[in-house]
Amino acid sequence: MSDAKERMPLHDALLALHTARREDDVVITSMGAAREWMTLGAQSLDLPLVPSSMGTAPAIGLGVALAQPRRRVIVVNGDGAMLMHLGSMVTITAAAPANLVLILADNEVYEVTGAQPTPGSAAGRADGASLDFEAMARACGFRSVFHFSNAVQWAQQIERVLSATGPTFVLLDVSSVPGSVGPRSPGPAAARARELRRNLTPGIA
Amino acid sequence: MFSGSEITALFTSMGITHVVSIADSTIGLWHPALEASPDLQLVRVCREGEAWAVAAGLYLGGATPLVLIQCTGLFESGDSLRNVLHDWKLPIFAVIGYRSYLNQDTLPGDTCLVFTEPLLDAWRIDYRLIKAPAQRDEIRAHYVACRDAGTPGAALIAEGKA
Ligand SMILES: Cc1ncc(C[n+]2csc(CCOP(=O)(O)OP(=O)(O)O)c2C)c(N)n1
Repeated sequence: MSDAKERMPLHDALLALHTARREDDVVITSMGAAREWMTLGAQSLDLPLVPSSMGTAPAIGLGVALAQPRRRVIVVNGDGAMLMHLGSMVTITAAAPANLVLILADNEVYEVTGAQPTPGSAAGRADGASLDFEAMARACGFRSVFHFSNAVQWAQQIERVLSATGPTFVLLDVSSVPGSVGPRSPGPAAARARELRRNLTPGIA
Repeated sequence: MFSGSEITALFTSMGITHVVSIADSTIGLWHPALEASPDLQLVRVCREGEAWAVAAGLYLGGATPLVLIQCTGLFESGDSLRNVLHDWKLPIFAVIGYRSYLNQDTLPGDTCLVFTEPLLDAWRIDYRLIKAPAQRDEIRAHYVACRDAGTPGAALIAEGKA
């Protein structure tokens, strides 16, 4: 990144989440966030969305949140993926699940394909001004909206953020990881889906 | 072909808990009855690619979702349904409106008629074409067969004017 904006390392951002998440929270990660999350150790209600259809993690999180209203569902999405399914910010607030937290790890690039600027980034726009996801989240009607650029502040506030009434949107300014690659599938997807479903609904066939 | 109350009764008899949908001029007429039903929840999405993903999350969370879209939305859905149905192998069932099948007054030569069925075949979605109200029980029978086999499936509902 060439901009002067303060940014936290993605790994630190996720480490704070890994420490703060409850065991019964579902955590869905995509793209670079999935890669880093998987280095922190797997838990039974994790869904690293690998393989993915780019941009669908928030919609999957919405479905889980609607099916399991008493359980907190946390989605960590990339900014490129968010732009691909920008409408899902509206779909989420239309259904308005109080138990859904959407965290946007905004590095302003498509990191896993070689850090090309997104059309929402300062470097990718004719006007040189990056998109204001925080304002967009407010305009879409998220009940709680937060924005952090500093890992220490994020870690200090994370309990309050995760316990706010949702749908919650959290914008994290993160730095991209130079030379990083896409996440590797941790195992056959269908078996992981079956296992997650069983873990979420004990007794189901 | 079907009224909103007939479709709602059909979906509830199938045990559907959530209908994830975008309207077309046929499906949209069903939305009020679906929304009024205490037995299921209508989830509005902005595009059909989202519908498969919301349904996937619902299924993973133990619910019984159904995707209700027009064939144009099937064209829009590609990468998302590929991931949900074929990577994660989730047995999501869809009811898909087949635009212009019964009547091309509004859109003569509608290319939906050219691409819908080959595309369902290409995506390996086992579907039944429903051309008349008398076939309503075929929708349920196909749904039950797909559910019991743990595979995706669809009912393609012939529509009239766009
Ligand atoms: C529909 C589609 N278009 C393009 C791609 C190629 N692609 C894979 S990952 C990716 C970038 C993801 O960017 P972002 O969501 O910001 O996550 P980051 O890589 O920065 O973690 C792209 C463009 C794809 N997988 N799917």
